[in-house]
Amino acid sequence: MSLERFLNQAVSSWMSEEGPDSDIVLSSRIRLARNFESYKFPTLFSHDEAKMIIANMEEVIAKSDLQRFGQMELLKIEEMQPLQKRVLVEKHLISPHLAEDSPYGAVLLTENEEVSIMINEEDHIRIQCLFPGLQLSEALDAANEIDDWLEDKIHFAFDEKHGYLTSCPTNVGTGLRASVMMHLPGLILTQQINRIIPAINQLGLVVRGIYGEGSEALGNIFQISNQITLGKSEEDIGRDLKGVVSQLISQERSAREALRKTSNIQLEDRVFRSLGVLSNSRIIESKEAARCLSDVRLGIDMGYIEKISKTILNELMILTQPGFLQQYAGGSLRPHERDIRRAALIRERLQMEQQK
Amino acid sequence: MICQECNQKPAALHFTKIINGEKTEVHLCEKCAQEKGEMFIFNGESGFAFNNLLAGLLNIDPTFQKPSQSPFHQEEILQCENCSMTFPQFLKIGRFGCAHCYETFKEQLKPVLRRLHSGNWTHNGKIPKRIGGGIHLRKQIEELKSELSESITREEFEKAAEIRDEIRALENKLANSQEGGE
Ligand SMILES: [Zn+2]
Ligand SMILES: [Zn+2]
Repeated sequence: MSLERFLNQAVSSWMSEEGPDSDIVLSSRIRLARNFESYKFPTLFSHDEAKMIIANMEEVIAKSDLQRFGQMELLKIEEMQPLQKRVLVEKHLISPHLAEDSPYGAVLLTENEEVSIMINEEDHIRIQCLFPGLQLSEALDAANEIDDWLEDKIHFAFDEKHGYLTSCPTNVGTGLRASVMMHLPGLILTQQINRIIPAINQLGLVVRGIYGEGSEALGNIFQISNQITLGKSEEDIGRDLKGVVSQLISQERSAREALRKTSNIQLEDRVFRSLGVLSNSRIIESKEAARCLSDVRLGIDMGYIEKISKTILNELMILTQPGFLQQYAGGSLRPHERDIRRAALIRERLQMEQQK
Repeated sequence: MICQECNQKPAALHFTKIINGEKTEVHLCEKCAQEKGEMFIFNGESGFAFNNLLAGLLNIDPTFQKPSQSPFHQEEILQCENCSMTFPQFLKIGRFGCAHCYETFKEQLKPVLRRLHSGNWTHNGKIPKRIGGGIHLRKQIEELKSELSESITREEFEKAAEIRDEIRALENKLANSQEGGE
């Protein structure tokens, strides 16, 4: 089964490869929203229109000549098991909205999972390119190439004044959402993040993270993306985001150096305690796992821990989510059982590191 | 009530979401809600927030306050002739019904777009190739015209003359391309 191949090959390239500045930037993503000119938007379209759109897309890939991205495969939401959908969501290949609220949805995936094209989500087409590290312009080039290739065969809804027309006016114009996922433990530990986030918001960018108690975000991971899609060119949107991200990178690096100077032993202690928890626990909740993984990743980046691969944070943050855990277990798991499985998976993964 | 995600624990969180204009109730236990929340943060986009924003706009923006007319005046409700969506419907669900809606509601939309996109309300990015050079040229001309008026206010007349010539050249090119194209 080809779907099985997608799912079994659990680790996508953006999770396992390193990219530029990947000590801080985990991944870069570009999304372009497009709609067919002649069909109603997914809010109102009929079942027949939805089917026509999928049929059109099937036709396009049948005639495909986009060698660079390799083989593409179309998967329909209605034909997928809940767990399969969940795993694709956890891998960031489809949105929760497509998995759960888009009965006529489908996704086109490339073999290396760098590109996924969601069909009949909030818009008819959403092209997504996900690259490791800070590679916004590379991801934008790839997305544009796919857009040109589709545009050759499909008339997209576009008007001179509003640009590419989207279901929601928050996306109109370029239809572009550029986002970067960053690991910022230094800015958290030095308590600078609360000052920085409002400043970033002022620049028309959105910062997302999950906040628990205090200011700690889940795994100290933040996603930064553009808010404005209209009135700026694609290149400018990417460049503006990159500018802010580059500043954040240097702030994070100096925060880490400051920590090394002021609290070296405390930091080392924290890193190795977290490694101890991950290597030994038998039950672990997602929140604790995320916190420890972040510490371990920081320990690797700062040279306290030597023999563990850097990509372990990306990989385990994804693989310890409920969908993957259940796939790993081969069946559905109660919440309590997930915590046991999560602990087991992390221990096993860390043992693999020691053996290599 | 049992959590609809794990079917195990009692549901502690209840919310409604609107999909394709239809309300759906969601009931989750705390654990599932947290894990789901994690998934949404990094994958989802903030559609819900936008609806709130629109509601906010309705209260603040003077454009939406109807001019005081006789209370007996029957307000004409603007409706998209392609998909039948009305503007109040759009405000309710925050999504348009079709591409044609943008034209139908363009006047009402302008303040909304400006609010959403930091004052911008016209496209300045990629253009599909099929639409051809015409639109590119017009865009260039528009940009040059604003440059022209700027250089005039700054009294840089030499530069202004250069820009004016450039605009003329582009306008000729545009006229030719349209004759040829149609
Ligand atoms: Zn539950
Ligand atoms: Zn319409």
